[in-house]
Amino acid sequence: MNFKLKIWRQPNAKSPGKLVNYEVRDLSPHTSFLEMLDILNEDLLRRAEEPIAFDSDCREGICGTCSLTINGEAHGPDHPGAVCELYMRKFRDRATIMVEPFRVGSFPIVKDLVIDRSALDRIVQAGGFISARAGSAPEANSILVPKHDADLAMEAAACIGCGACAAACPNGSAMLFTAAKVSHLAVLPQGHPERDNRVLKMVRVMDAEGFGNCTNTYECEAVCPAEIRASFIAKLNREYARASMQRGAGE
Amino acid sequence: MIVAVTGIMLILFVIGHLLGNLQIFIGPDWINGYSQHLRDLGPLLWAIRLFLLAAVIIHIYVTIQLAIENRHARPEPYQDRQYVKATFASRHMVVSGLVVLAFIAYHLAHFTFRKTDARFALLQPDRLGHYDVYSMMVYGFQNYLVSGFYVLGLFLLTLHLSHGSSSFFQSLGLNDKKLTPRLALGGQIFAWLVFIGYTSIPVAVLLGLVKPAQQL
Repeated sequence: MNFKLKIWRQPNAKSPGKLVNYEVRDLSPHTSFLEMLDILNEDLLRRAEEPIAFDSDCREGICGTCSLTINGEAHGPDHPGAVCELYMRKFRDRATIMVEPFRVGSFPIVKDLVIDRSALDRIVQAGGFISARAGSAPEANSILVPKHDADLAMEAAACIGCGACAAACPNGSAMLFTAAKVSHLAVLPQGHPERDNRVLKMVRVMDAEGFGNCTNTYECEAVCPAEIRASFIAKLNREYARASMQRGAGE
Repeated sequence: MIVAVTGIMLILFVIGHLLGNLQIFIGPDWINGYSQHLRDLGPLLWAIRLFLLAAVIIHIYVTIQLAIENRHARPEPYQDRQYVKATFASRHMVVSGLVVLAFIAYHLAHFTFRKTDARFALLQPDRLGHYDVYSMMVYGFQNYLVSGFYVLGLFLLTLHLSHGSSSFFQSLGLNDKKLTPRLALGGQIFAWLVFIGYTSIPVAVLLGLVKPAQQL
């Protein structure tokens, strides 16, 4: 398969970027999108050109490192799945493919397609944890968790923190990410002692990081590689309202 | 949250106003008596009007503020942008809302303050001594431009409500994975019922199905 590529090149955060045209030839349809970029980079190196900087790590859809907007969709056209799970057979032969970074003000561009997503880490640092005494593992059945709650927590915990929700959101909002992190711990007994503080602090940091506001377009859940549902955002709104009211009532 | 609560108030008004207007199909005595009844509320009517005005102002002020924040959240736009799930209505709430605002301003000047049509002052009271709202609506809608703008305003209101009337459940946290698609469908149906209900009046007038109760 042959493709024409328009790829965003930007030397660093301060300089302006632009789309640059490239071509790749004779690819197997089973080449993954990231392998295609590897092949292009090897070609660029042979021609003594600067290779394209992009993020990737596990290449099996579980780490959330890859972060490309392909033809205007976060993680490309094959939902649900991260870019590493996207194969060239998904595109028409000889198609022109546009590759851009995730564009969110809170994710500054480091170089080319590499972005700095530490804003998401700071949201987690604000409360996405439980304070537990370290030591040997507790007796397995000492804390009982209803099956339904365990399943719900597991669904929320599937979030790999890639930031596609904010990248796809028309408003650049990270509500789906924050909702997944808040909900995951809010439904488990281990998360209960810090439940109210957690949601209030995480939402405060999310706003302070400059993310936009949710207007319920649900574009986030359409591109989420971990299939986090937007109903977790309703849960986040509930958690926030509950915590604010209890705080207001002086509890 | 604030947008959702003020939105609900305005949706309730849209429903109430529609039910009031549809009385035109029952006859002049009904709708003229109904509007006389509203005016007889006196200070209470003004309290309701001020309450609605406050809801409109807060709804717009907060959403514009949020929209500005949202603009800042993505300083550099995408070169190419494809939407997978976000509807046209959900992405154009500010535009549809502001056109509806312009429509409301005209609509109030037209039918509430009666500043745009000199003929409305010439209408005689009906046989029960009430202002003849029935004939006023019919004469107003006989103008194609007035009816056309009315239908356009209503269409944008429908677009606004097709997202807003289910979206507020999510904002208030009254939603889960099973409810979301049902609420979205319910919101669409509600919005289009509003459209059909309101536009049935100018359509009936223009088709000559509803005639003025008095000649000018």
